[in-house]
Order: sequence, then C-alpha cells, then structure tokens
Amino acid sequence: MLFGGTMANTVCAISTANAPGGIGVIRISGPEAVSVADRVFEPISGESLSEAAGYTCRFGHVYDKAGARLDQCIATVFRAPKSFTGEDAVELSCHGGLYVLQTVLAAVLAAGAAPAGPGEFTRRAFLNGKMDLAEAESVMELVSASGREAANAARAGQDGALSRRIAEIRAQLTDCCAHLAAWADYPDDDVPQVDADFLQTRITEGKRALAALLRNFSVGKIYREGVRTVIAGRPNAGKSTLMNLLAGEDRSIVTEIPGTTRDVVEETVRFADIPLRLADTAGLRETDDAVERVGVAAAKRRIEAAQLVLAVFDGAQPLGPDDLRLLREIAETPAVLIVNKNDLPEALDPAPLYDSGKPVVSLSASSGAGLDALERAVKDVLGASHLDPAAGVLYTERQRRDAEAALAFLEEAEAALCAGLTLDAVTVSLEAAVSSLLELTGERVTDAVVDEVFSKFCVGK
Amino acid sequence: MSYQAGKLDVAVIGAGHAGIEAGLAAARLGCNTAVFTINLDAVGNCPCNPSIGGTAKGHLVRELDALGGEMGKTADACTLQSRMLNRGKGPAVHALRAQIDRRRYAEIMKQKLETCPNLLLKQAEVTAIRRRGARWELETQLGAVYDCGAVVLATGTFLGGKIFVGEVSYDGGPDGMFPAKSLTASLLDLGISLRRFKTGTPARVLKRSLALEGLEVQRGDDPVTPFSFETETPPENTVVCWVSWTNSETKRVILENLHRSPLFGGKIEGVGPRYCPSIEDKVVRFSEKPRHQLFIEPCGANTEEMYLQGMSSSLPEDVQIAFYRTIPGLEHVELERSAYAIEYDCCDPLQLTAALEFRDLPGLYGAGQFNGSSGYEEAAAQGFVAGANAALKLLGREPLLLDRAGSYIGTLIDDLITKGVNDPYRMMTSRSEYRLVLRQDNADERLTPIGRRLGLISDRRWEKFQEKQRRKEEERERAERTVFPPTEALNAILEAKGTSPVVTGVRLSELLRRPQISYRDLAPVDPTRPDWPAEVFEAVEIALKYEGYIRRQEQDIAEARRLEQKKIPADTDYGKIENLRLEAREKLARVRPENIGQASRVSGVSPADISVLLIWLTAHGKEMQP
Repeated sequence: MLFGGTMANTVCAISTANAPGGIGVIRISGPEAVSVADRVFEPISGESLSEAAGYTCRFGHVYDKAGARLDQCIATVFRAPKSFTGEDAVELSCHGGLYVLQTVLAAVLAAGAAPAGPGEFTRRAFLNGKMDLAEAESVMELVSASGREAANAARAGQDGALSRRIAEIRAQLTDCCAHLAAWADYPDDDVPQVDADFLQTRITEGKRALAALLRNFSVGKIYREGVRTVIAGRPNAGKSTLMNLLAGEDRSIVTEIPGTTRDVVEETVRFADIPLRLADTAGLRETDDAVERVGVAAAKRRIEAAQLVLAVFDGAQPLGPDDLRLLREIAETPAVLIVNKNDLPEALDPAPLYDSGKPVVSLSASSGAGLDALERAVKDVLGASHLDPAAGVLYTERQRRDAEAALAFLEEAEAALCAGLTLDAVTVSLEAAVSSLLELTGERVTDAVVDEVFSKFCVGK
Repeated sequence: MSYQAGKLDVAVIGAGHAGIEAGLAAARLGCNTAVFTINLDAVGNCPCNPSIGGTAKGHLVRELDALGGEMGKTADACTLQSRMLNRGKGPAVHALRAQIDRRRYAEIMKQKLETCPNLLLKQAEVTAIRRRGARWELETQLGAVYDCGAVVLATGTFLGGKIFVGEVSYDGGPDGMFPAKSLTASLLDLGISLRRFKTGTPARVLKRSLALEGLEVQRGDDPVTPFSFETETPPENTVVCWVSWTNSETKRVILENLHRSPLFGGKIEGVGPRYCPSIEDKVVRFSEKPRHQLFIEPCGANTEEMYLQGMSSSLPEDVQIAFYRTIPGLEHVELERSAYAIEYDCCDPLQLTAALEFRDLPGLYGAGQFNGSSGYEEAAAQGFVAGANAALKLLGREPLLLDRAGSYIGTLIDDLITKGVNDPYRMMTSRSEYRLVLRQDNADERLTPIGRRLGLISDRRWEKFQEKQRRKEEERERAERTVFPPTEALNAILEAKGTSPVVTGVRLSELLRRPQISYRDLAPVDPTRPDWPAEVFEAVEIALKYEGYIRRQEQDIAEARRLEQKKIPADTDYGKIENLRLEAREKLARVRPENIGQASRVSGVSPADISVLLIWLTAHGKEMQP
C-alpha cells in the first residue's frame, strides 16, 4: 500500500516477453498467491490449487469476474521458499496471444493481486535470499533506475498532462477534506457547516473525471506502450519501402529498456505520435520465402497477436489470391489497407478493399505522398483520434489501479453519504481517494489537508 | 559556591503539564525522582486558557488516562463545565472539552506530586546541565549540584522566555514568572539544535465590567462524560460561557495600529502557531471576514477573572483596551491581565527517538513545548512517555514505544520526530489516518493493557477494565444472536426514524447497522438487554455501524505495523548507499529513522528509495527483523 517494497502483498505480472509467442506466463507471487489464483482458475480435476503441493501442475481454465472463460491454461504451484521469489507463487501458462494474456492479467488483478513493480520479482527473490551478494548491486541499480523512471513518468509523459489532470481532481477532493477537517477539528469556530449537496457535487465531479480517465486507459496505453504492428503484404508490394518511410518520418528510433517482465528489445518508430512497435521485422521478410504451409501458420499467428496491421497492396497490380487471403486473415484485426505506388498507373480494382469495411489509403511509399491520410487512418483505427493526450491519459496498469481505487473510494463516500452515515466516515473515504491519487502521481503529501485547513479557514483560539 | 546536593535517578526540569506526568510516571515506576520548578505556585499552571481537551486533544487526555496518567482525573476533579464536541459528526471526531478551575487544577496537581512516593518537588531554577560519563549533572541557581541517571527537559515557555506587548518587551516567563535564562547555553554546549517559537494569550478581564446579559449563552452537557475511565461520579456543570463577535470597528482599530504590533514590526523572531492565530493575524489574513467569534469563559470558581477565547494579541495595552471595547458586552471592559505574546527556546524534535530521548545524548529526554508542540494535552502525553522511558531505561526494561497505528500519542510523537515542525504542533483528528479506530471511546481498549504491563494500572482498575471488555464481547454476541420479530411496535420505531420497516424477523445487529437506529431507539422492543453502563452499548453500536471502515483501517494498521517491525540499525551510514538519491540520503541521515515504516514517512524519500534501502540493508547483512 505504501510502496512496492512491502512484501506483504501479492503481486502479478506477465513474465514472458511482451511479444507474440507460443506460450505466455503470468506469475503471481506473495502470501496470497495461491488463493488469488484459485479465484480465477478452475482446474478440470476439480481440486483447488490450495490443495496442491509445491512443484505440481493443474490443467484448467481461467475465468474473469463475470464468469467468462478467458483461456485454457496450466497452473503451476510453488510453495515458499521453493520458488523463484522465495514466496508462495503460481504461474499460469496461457496461450501466447498478447490480448489473451492481458485479459488474464486483468482478471488476476481483479482477484486481488497488485501489479508487480519493475524488477519486483527479482527484488523479492533477492530479499528472500534467493540470490547472492554479487547480484545485489545490479538489482539495486535496476530498482533505483526504474524508481526514478516511475517518479518521472507522470511528469515526462505528455508534458505532465496526467499529473496536472490528477492534481485538478485531487484539489477538488482535498478542498472537501479540508472543509470537513476544519469543521470537525474546530467545532466552536465560525466554520461553515459542510453541506451534503456540496460534497455530493464534488464527489460526482471526481467520479466523472476518473471514469473518463479510466475509459481512455486502453487508448492511453497505445501512447505509452506502443502498438504491436505488422506490415503485411505479398512480396514487392512495398513493405520495406513503407518501413523506411515510417522510420524516416521520425529519425528517433527508440529502444525499450529491457525490463524483467519484458526482456525483449524491439524497434519502435513514432508515427502520428504513436509508437509503432515493428516487431520481428526480420521474420516478416523471411515469411515471404517460407514454405507455404509453415508461412501461412506463422503469418496467422503474427496477425492474431498484432494490434495493428498495415496491409500493403501493389496498386500497379490487380488483386491476387495472396491479397484476398490477407484480407480474410485480417478481418478481425484493426488494420489499414494501403494501396501503394499511387504514382504509377493504377491496375488494382479497390472494390474488395472497400468492401472489407477497413479504411483504405492511397500512398506512394517512395515519395511519401498520402502519408497524412495514412496518419489519420491509423489514429482512427486505433480509436486514438478522439483522444487528446494533452488532456491527460493513464498509461500504466499501476496508474489504472490507483485511479480505480480512488473511484471505488469515491463510490464508498457517496454510499456513506446517501445512507446517512456520519461525516467522519465520509471523510475517511474521501481521504483514501486523495491518497490513492497521490500514489498515482508518486507523491506522498500527507500534510496536504492540514496545510489547506490553515490557509483557507480562520480557525483557532 | 556549589555543593553536592545528592543523587537522583530521574530529574525533571519543569513542573508544567509535561513535567508533572514525567515525574509521576518515573516515580511510580520506582525511580528516585525530582521535579524542579522555577515557582512552586506554578505547578500545573494553565497560563494559556482555562480548559482541558477539545478535538483530538480530548483523545490525548483519554489515552493518557488509559495508560495511567494523571491529567484526566485532575481535570474531572475541577471541571466547571464540560461538553462532548462534535456529537453529530461521528464517533471518530467526538471530543471532550472541559472548562476547569485553573487554581484548583494547579493545587491538586501540586499535592499529587507532593504525596507521590519516590518523588521530590523542588522550587529551583536549573541553570546548567552537563554530561558526567554515562550520567548527568544538574546545577541550580543556588549552587545545588545533582548527580542524575536521566534528565527530562520540560521547560515549556520558560526557556529563554521573552514577553511582547506592543512596543514593550522584556525577559519573562508565563503569567509573570521568571524565565529560565541560563540553561539554554549548556544545551547548546551539548550540541542540541535549538530554535525560537512563540505563542500568545488573550487578556483576562474583570467579570463585573462586562455586560453579559443579551449575549448568547453556552451551556455544558447533561450528563457530563468524564475524561478518566476511573472517574465514577461524573462532574457537574456549575458555570456557563458566553459568545460574542467582533465587528468592523474592531477591525478598524486593529488595522490602524498594526504598525505597533511586534509581530508585524518584525521584532518577534519566533514562529507562531498557525492554528492559534492572534486576532490581528486573523484580521489581516482573513480580511474578507466581517467578524470573528469570541468566547467569554470563567477562569475559576473563586475568581472574577474571565478569559476571552479567540482574542489573543500582542498589540500595545492601549490598543487592546480600545479594540476589546468595540465588542458587544465588552464596551466597558477592564483588563486584569493584558494579552501578551511569549517567545521561547525549543529543540528541533528530529533529534529525538520515539522514546523522546536525544539520539546522540543517551539519558536526556525532551517533552512538551520544548519538543516544538503546543497545548497542555500534547505536553502531558509526551511528558508521560519521556518520564516513563527515562525510568524504564534506568531499570533495564523495554522502552515504551507507541506507534501511530495505536494512538494519537504515537501519532503526535511520530509526527514530531519524523516530519519535524516548522511552527508549534497542535494535535488534530485530521493528523491521524486511523481515525475510526483511534477513537476517544476505546482509548482504554487500545492502551490500558500497555499501562498494565508498565505497572501503572491498579488491580482494581484492571479488573474493571476486563469486566467492561467482557461485557462488550457478550453484548456483541447478543446483538448477533437476538432476533426481533416484525412486530408493529418495532416497525413503528423504524418508521419514526425514517428507515424501512421489516417483514421478517431481524437481528439486533442488523438494525444497529442502520445509520438511523440506535440502542436507545430499540429499548422498548429489547427486553433481554442487560443493565450495563451506556459505554458498553455505545462501543458495540460503533463497532457494528462502522464495521467495514474499521476493518479496512485495521488492515491498513496491520500493513503499517509490518513495516514498523523492520528495524534499521542505528549506525546505518546513508552516505555509503550509492543508489540512494542524494536528497533521500540527506533526509534519512537527518531523521535517522528507527524502522522502515518511519523511513517511508520522511518527506523527500520515495518508495524506490525505500526499496533500495531494504536491499542495501539485506545485502550488507544488517540485522532486520521480519
């Protein structure tokens, strides 16, 4: 609660590379690991994980809170101290689709685990004596660096827009708390009675603002974490030229810092302000010459895992069977259909492309003509066109959790207010909301309320 | 000429609210104790205002009483009027405040010290304090030298005291006492970092010069709730207070004479309390307010002196007379004592441990205003902790360490030693994150077992306490067990209280969870209710109504306590922890927290810093209890 350093809580994270793969593992570690896993995992055998000994597995399914089946998976139980972290741990081996992994992770979080901080599993392992002294310094450096990064993240991200937005919401609530504190701590002073309508209005405003931020979370993540993008198309359609064009749009090719949950290095280009993670580009070229059966399977998997497909069609050629197959494969995936080589005479009949319902953009990858249209189409397809990052966006799972916690405390405050419970209880909920928001932005200003009381109210003998 | 005056276990410098509790606690724990005061007639003096308790302060008095302190019992014995404040605002903020007879209070306290075994009360100004190996040496103005095992500094506003009234200023203690002018030098010699704080008090006025009829009257509660869990016959109200208001004329007089205030003229260097502003401060800072409230309170049963709460000032005497006379009821007021500001020396409490001992000066303790706090109750609570710890250390026993999760006293001490103070610190309910658990009604449940382990709770009181706890449990069980049928009588009660009627049988506990319903309402339909004191039912009702909140705060407490248990060795060299940010290294080196929980509350220390610290401690094989 106070910080990630407490080992009392149970944390979880996707601990395989954040890239498409055959299997993805979600690791849950901490005293409640097994009971958290029990809440989302139902074994075929019917035996719960709590009954399982260390180093044993169960085959079953993962469900979300609403009871919807998310994935088939194998749960491996580790008992303290015999686990990577030295704590009770469960590893859920799911199918590798990143979307699936994300939904399973969300279910585990909803079941009571907290998101693991950067390097947290390693740190716990160290603290539980699972590593030797020589490794300590590097662990400290990692934690220190990621701590600095986390502290700066809100400010750095989109020029501090999130911090400012949260600070605005918090200021409204802190103001309420200060009213309540002055009213409770100075009963004889001339402090105006706290009005239930005033509180209700502030709570409603706070709830609305937080709900809006939470709604934008998945879109915000696009800006923060980037979009797994596949450039697909038959050979010579112009994929490589498009790649170069995108890279040339912004020369700052960024490389992600290898983290413990995401140990892969990817190349990312920034396009339309959105980091497009062009994963496994070598593989992409390789598939062009692959034996067809294997190639189709590989392409399918990549497209399944992609958050965005840029499908390139050669505008100087009529649509071929490969093109039509590609259209079928991307039917369920956000995609932009690019008719390339618009500087050459058009031989392609675009009707089937338009029939797919996906945006179609005409482009010359070699000259760059049509790039603006592609930018708009990409934003549209990702749902990012309505989002103004400058208005503040939640980026990380941890920020989302804090915002959700704040929202839940506001709902609790509202319920207490409606039920007619005394205002000290309402105050406790409001302060809990403020404190969640302070955690969100990495601050801990516990004296905020007291300072506000003295600056705003004329109280005291 | 000096002379050897003898050997003491614990010496307490000062006999104000901190010194009294420190002396009594040390002596009762079995240490040979002396309490020194500049004036024997100033023992337990109340120079600031004639009342004890108030929001959060009432909590402190109840907690102190639960541990075996004396303030609550003495206040009960000389209460003139008492009120439970905030009754409608919820159990977390209920607060007891009593107007007391200040002469009587001082008299009772003096006698308690005089009759306490192992304790010597002595009028003497301590002028020097010196280290003598592991022991301490005190010297008085008359040359008496005492050899002491431990010393508690409870000097209040006497240390380097300076009075300000307008352009006039002179060295002086509170209420016309002498100040302690020499001791500061030897504290500086010991390497203690000191600072100047200030506080102030309004005028005391002659009752017959007031026109009280026509003013709003404020009466006490009936019946009165006593402070002490041991007081069996609650005190009765014998006086009333009055309310009046300042006006635009008051404001004009003050503003026109502001240049004559030592505060605005820059003569006072001491930092005043934000929560206790002078009237000129209020007028300037809240200039949009057309009027300010004041209370007219009697100072005792056998005096005509009246106290003007809310009207402290350091303006010149002529200006005081002029602005007081603009106030309705005070048109012809005569001042018996003028308002004044007092500036004094106090320490930076970051130098102290949770036992209130100077970290670098073992055996030397601080309490009360000396530690940067303000208020009788804050002082008394710290005095008890400092005195008890001085004794426990000499007796080779475990220290008394109260955490913020368990009491307001612990919160007060933790705030002082972890965050430090920039102005005199006043306790407020908003300073505790565990308000719904740390209530004034359950102070005994939280702290009497600790007082008992210390040895300051008598067998009789302990039995009485256990009986109360048993009854609370039994009543809680009865509330869960007892089912009321859906009778017309019950539904009539429910509907009258604006809550929905029932169609099936309903548990007593379920009804009490409804915010609108109290035990009192259900009395006619609850024939099996035992004939026990109201406090038992009050406790059960709060536990039921706020169950969810209490459970959550208890989880927070459990979490916080886990962090408190991770100890940081005293010799930790933060400069050597390279991955710690520079700011964190500096802050931690200054506060030198005793455990990870405290470290995490130091301002400027981030969660990542704490993680780095944890790893460093583990990596370097430092002993850390899980």
